[in-house]
Amino acid sequence: MEDRSALVTFLLRLADDHLILGHRLSEWCGHAPMLEEDLAMPNIALDLIGQARALYQYAGGVEGKGRSEDDLAYLRRERDYLNCLMVERPNGDFAHTMLRQFYFAAFMHPFWEKAMESQDAMLAGIAGKAVKEVAYHIRHCGEWVIRLGDGTEESTARMQAALTALAPYVDELFESDAVTAAMAEAGIAPSPASLRAPFEATVQSVFAEAFLDAPAAPWAKTGGRQGLHSEAMGFLLAELQYMQRSYPGANW
Amino acid sequence: MYSQGLIGAKTDSGEDQAFLDAFQRRIDAEEKIEPNDPMPEGYRRTLIRQIGQHAHSEIVGMLPEGNWITRAPSLRRKAALLAKVQDEGGHGLYLYSAAETLGVSREQMTEELLSGKAKYSSIFNYPTLTWADIGAIGWLVDGAAIMNQIPLCRCSYGPYARAMIRVCKEESFHQRQGYEIMLTLCRGTDAQKEMAQDALNRWWWPSLMMFGPHDSDSQHGDQSMRWKIKRFTNDELRQQFVDATIPQAEFIGLTVPDPELKWNEERGHYDFGAIDWDEFWRVVKGGGPLNTERLEARQKAWDEGAWVREAALAHAEKRKLRREAARVAAE
Repeated sequence: MEDRSALVTFLLRLADDHLILGHRLSEWCGHAPMLEEDLAMPNIALDLIGQARALYQYAGGVEGKGRSEDDLAYLRRERDYLNCLMVERPNGDFAHTMLRQFYFAAFMHPFWEKAMESQDAMLAGIAGKAVKEVAYHIRHCGEWVIRLGDGTEESTARMQAALTALAPYVDELFESDAVTAAMAEAGIAPSPASLRAPFEATVQSVFAEAFLDAPAAPWAKTGGRQGLHSEAMGFLLAELQYMQRSYPGANW
Repeated sequence: MYSQGLIGAKTDSGEDQAFLDAFQRRIDAEEKIEPNDPMPEGYRRTLIRQIGQHAHSEIVGMLPEGNWITRAPSLRRKAALLAKVQDEGGHGLYLYSAAETLGVSREQMTEELLSGKAKYSSIFNYPTLTWADIGAIGWLVDGAAIMNQIPLCRCSYGPYARAMIRVCKEESFHQRQGYEIMLTLCRGTDAQKEMAQDALNRWWWPSLMMFGPHDSDSQHGDQSMRWKIKRFTNDELRQQFVDATIPQAEFIGLTVPDPELKWNEERGHYDFGAIDWDEFWRVVKGGGPLNTERLEARQKAWDEGAWVREAALAHAEKRKLRREAARVAAE
């Protein structure tokens, strides 16, 4: 059934975004600039992994081929991962990590808000929990964007560098294709384009407080939704999948 | 962990006998000592040292387990490990706060950790080489920590005792989680079982060392016992740990790497072989497998985070000035 495969693709894109970003964020654990952030970043990562699990479980069920959350998370090939490129970017410095997280949260918050009214009861349920978590992510990361943007000369320069580095990855979040159109048509999920205005409102209010100007991206980087990733992705997956690949079929 | 914290602690104080006696009477009456109460300097110093080293152990302890977060074998395990390592950071935070009530700042304590002046539990200088090490740490290291920490819930110093109540609840959850990882491995494939046994072989003796030197070699234990900072001796706690752990190992079919281990009917305890104290002292003094790397990792995080901490302070200051200016303008 065509709808079903579109729904599976849609769910996998969403799940992969959360898994890969959660994985990147968890790399900070034990290495944060201060103890409070050694608690906050794993906390956000936990939310993301939790959301990914709910989405993979649901995707596996809809697909109906008996694939578990771990089969989907660990046992696909690089070209089969459908996350956007922003989430797989290496962490860079703390400014880069916080801005990436802020962008993603500013995108996901209106998404989950709309998804709470989804025709798909399961997705609406996942949204109900996620929307509260992501509101906290916006607050936490937004505050850091402000502190660093309007902090010292060095922190402002680093935040500006992060803005420049991440600018090309923003547009991909709003990309539309047959899958997103089918979801919007069926009332399952909002169209990505409809999320641009609330996203910009969140971003602009934080940037204004931080005295930051978002540079216009000279071009947009894209391809993640078709499984075309950066070179960093293969290494991320090699680490993520190490145990499942080394001990096929084992139970953990 | 905390027993190691007492190595080298000076417990003597300059106070007169009447003061010391009055303090001891409060302790003997099981009264809790609170931050603003008069206390002997030796008592304060001993606690700062012990709580600080306990806090450092939690923070450095995030590294060996953090080493496996990105490679955890399933999403369920990844989430549990993230939560666990986050808990350890939380314990560090409570403990630094408890130490701060004694008049020492977190920055001071961090500097002492990084300069090597303050110690942390020697166990965290061993590497986590396989996934089973995550199970072994939860089961054995958190298990040993609980043996040490349950009596600390009754420690005479109020803020430390209260912090320990919450810490113990979480540690006990970690211990069960670690044991469950081992149980799952032992019910799995031959390779998994082998991985579990190998982890036990490597972590067993360092876990026994966590309780610190033998009572006969422990110089400052007596005063800490009198002050009820400590309630049991190192050897008593070590014995309790061995007695509790052996049946758990047997239940999952693992063998403790000690040919001299046997039940002693007469004593009602397990007898066990000699601990390699040369190894213990070597690791305490910096010669363990990863002492250098652990401190380097902490130093790197501290140095690379400096601009972030400075920015946060600078921003707070700017906000304050702007609020002031707005208030003045409004008047």
